[in-house]
Amino acid sequence: MEVGTGVFSDRVAPMFAISQSAVEGALAAGAAYADARVVLSKQQSLACLNGNLEALDYDERAGVGVRALIGSSWGFFATPELTEQAALAAGAEAAAIATASAMAPGPALHLTDVPVVEAHYETSHEENPWGVALSEKADLLVGVTETMQGVTGVTLAQASMNFWDTEKFFVSSQGHKISQHLVEAGGDMAATAVGESETQRRSYPQSFGQFESGGYEVIRRFDLPGNAGRVAEEAVALLSADECPGGTTDVILESSQLALQIHESVGHATELDRILGWEAAFAGTSWLDLDQLGTLQFGSPLMNITADATLPGSLATFGFDDEGTPAQCVDLVKEGVWVGVLSGRDSAAIAGLAPGGMVRGDGYNRMPMVRMTNVGLLPGESSFEEIISETRDGIYMATNRSWSIDDKRLNFQFGCEVGWEVKNGRLGRMLRNPTYTGISPQFWASLDMLSSEQVYWGLPNCGKGQPMQIGHTGHPASAGRFRDVRVGVKG
Amino acid sequence: MKVAPLAEMVVGMVGDRAEAQVTVDGTNQGLTRFANSFIHQNVAESGRTVQLKVAVDGKVAAATTTRADEEGLRALVEETIHAAHLRPTDTDWPGLAPPAMAMGASHFDVGTARATPVERATRARDFITAAEGSLAAGYCDTDGGPVAFANSAGQSLETSISRATLDGIHQFGTAAGAGHATAAALSKIEGAPVGAMAVKTARAAADPAELEPAAYEVVLSPECVATMMYFLAFYGWNAKQHDEGQSFVALGESQFDARVTIVDDFLDPLAVGPSFDADGTPKRSLTLVEAGISKALAHDRRTSVKAGTVSTGHAIHGGDLYGPVPTNLHFHPGSQSQEEMIASVDRGLFVSSFNYCRILDPRTQVITGLTRNGTFLIEGGEIAGAVSNLRFTQSIIGALESGKLVGVGSDARLADSEVGPGLVSAPSLHLAEWHFTGGAQG
Repeated sequence: MEVGTGVFSDRVAPMFAISQSAVEGALAAGAAYADARVVLSKQQSLACLNGNLEALDYDERAGVGVRALIGSSWGFFATPELTEQAALAAGAEAAAIATASAMAPGPALHLTDVPVVEAHYETSHEENPWGVALSEKADLLVGVTETMQGVTGVTLAQASMNFWDTEKFFVSSQGHKISQHLVEAGGDMAATAVGESETQRRSYPQSFGQFESGGYEVIRRFDLPGNAGRVAEEAVALLSADECPGGTTDVILESSQLALQIHESVGHATELDRILGWEAAFAGTSWLDLDQLGTLQFGSPLMNITADATLPGSLATFGFDDEGTPAQCVDLVKEGVWVGVLSGRDSAAIAGLAPGGMVRGDGYNRMPMVRMTNVGLLPGESSFEEIISETRDGIYMATNRSWSIDDKRLNFQFGCEVGWEVKNGRLGRMLRNPTYTGISPQFWASLDMLSSEQVYWGLPNCGKGQPMQIGHTGHPASAGRFRDVRVGVKG
Repeated sequence: MKVAPLAEMVVGMVGDRAEAQVTVDGTNQGLTRFANSFIHQNVAESGRTVQLKVAVDGKVAAATTTRADEEGLRALVEETIHAAHLRPTDTDWPGLAPPAMAMGASHFDVGTARATPVERATRARDFITAAEGSLAAGYCDTDGGPVAFANSAGQSLETSISRATLDGIHQFGTAAGAGHATAAALSKIEGAPVGAMAVKTARAAADPAELEPAAYEVVLSPECVATMMYFLAFYGWNAKQHDEGQSFVALGESQFDARVTIVDDFLDPLAVGPSFDADGTPKRSLTLVEAGISKALAHDRRTSVKAGTVSTGHAIHGGDLYGPVPTNLHFHPGSQSQEEMIASVDRGLFVSSFNYCRILDPRTQVITGLTRNGTFLIEGGEIAGAVSNLRFTQSIIGALESGKLVGVGSDARLADSEVGPGLVSAPSLHLAEWHFTGGAQG
């Protein structure tokens, strides 16, 4: 990361000027504080089904979004018109929108202080995804779907890849001037076998795809061709596998499933805007009460969870959040005790905490809000083999298939693509339709073995907010064992 | 430049180098959000989105941009044509929609398209002040403006659309109740009655008791039914899912109780949205289920050509991957009021809202989710009290099959499903059983 003056090229000066105009427009119209982001983003998506490239999509969005604080409310306005004049008007409109909020006023909102910096950040990447020929990308997807289709019983063979390139130019009325260039890449493949009465699916690297900060090297590391046959064979085998039995048993979760468990039951629960009730009507609130911060036993002593926006290569890694707060590592759960939250400058001020640098917006036209960064479980000391060998009776579940959790992030039920019985320290028969359910603190308290083999899983599809925003989040995780979990839930 | 000439201009930029279709969306959105009984986030945006799809000898590429200036659009056209040349042929490319007129229904209100933050904030305030001593949270939004479509086969369509929604909850301690209203015109939505709806449920939801999870007879609100309908639509009446073997639909077979009739009808006065789909095909009214018998699937051009039929006008943007989806669903109402249905239950539950529903298998339509914002025990035909939220795991088609559907309500309305407002008109339903598989304690 470069920090200091003189780090910006001539090319970016006009973008900063537009952001600055938006801020000035808001201040002139009465805002107590304002910030603005010019965002230039592009996304390329390729999707293949059964050897046919179904979609080749390119999406580019460019514009400026300005946020104005007046009294108890933010006003936000966005325009795709990238001129200083349009930005000035957008700033004034944002202030007018904030002023209208006085129809239903609340306590004045304040911001915690953060360092005022001029800086530039760029994602480290080896191979520019936009420089890789479309034909190479298409050939890879077509090839792996044809391999999967070659396995008898596979009905649908799908593969996809996505790339994002985002430039941001942030200016605040306090003097921030920050540019960032973020590069993200990822993809997946899946085989579906259709039976008489149900479908079975196996995917790789995980069910929503694996996404990371980086270039095309991310895709090359996956080795999609090397896994296509196995994925297809497992999908077909699931159709004739035994149904996951119902009952209570030990559950070993593969790391990508544990990543989603962390996302849903820890990440969202520790979002300070939810805890403060700001998301009550839609996403929901949280079972966590700020009065218990620092004392509440969230899980077992093996549970150490951080929100770390500085992890090289993880999907939610950046230099600064969309309020200009530097990326940082924050402890959320330490040795099983709840110690931290995901926060921004306004929510942290209300809670009397330091801001966590976790506020991001989905493009120029969405107001930044509290989002997970890389919320992950620090690795344990066991190997996966040791966890299996020390399990007398249990089920190993891998790769998410369904997920549901209540509005307080307490009562969850997950389904996985595949399970394997574990008996007397060995993996046994394959099980179809494995599900497990529980209550967050009870479930996390039952964690008693954790693998040392950590993966930085990345999710590109976290929905939150109104209007809906899609966030990119990271979740370092390794396989873990949970005792006495209810499994095999059926209607 | 207005949206229709802009769409034509982009088609002209492509010229005879490729087949081209263009959608220009000129709608503007504003949303006023409140929590803890005050407005905390208030947003709006303006602009246009241009969506372009080109096909060069069956090699298809698509692009979307927020840049509507000539220079930006010309660059986008060149890049998209270039990308199309580099990719393999799309063996399922169906060609462009031929010229056809769209039906004349209009779901547009200019006042809604131009609604001010003050108009939205007024409704938020009136929702909030429907009760004292509660914490209110929710939103009021408006969305409206012109949408145009043009393609190089000569199809050219333009319409204007609008939608307004007020949606929120009142909370008394841990008890909550929800209120909703959606219409094409903001002027048809008042904050106070929607707030009162939420207050009434929230007050009744106080002091919930724990209930043992089991199969219970239920009366489900229109909001719950709307969520069920969307799962049936996205995974079932979707011709792509059907072609792939993932849909439950068996055309011509009796798959539901005879009282189930479901249509997708853009012409319904309650409907919102444009009169044509993402392919530029005019929307057709479609009977999906008639007296319990599965009658039709929703098609776009891609699925209709594969199936040897005609498109029903249900293409969605991004539909190459997801397939066609009906978005003006109507479950035909019955004759019973919600109160009459509750009165006929000896012991069961009334559920106000579902939350966080996800599908476990598309063929069997088994979903899991939770109840939210008011779950009530019915005993002897009366609401006996509130119960804590429950988790369920249930097949939707299993719940609606013959013998399981006890009654259909007369109270059909545009009900917010979990996936958004304005997509489904649904009544309350009385079902013989719904499988609750977990309580607050797991």
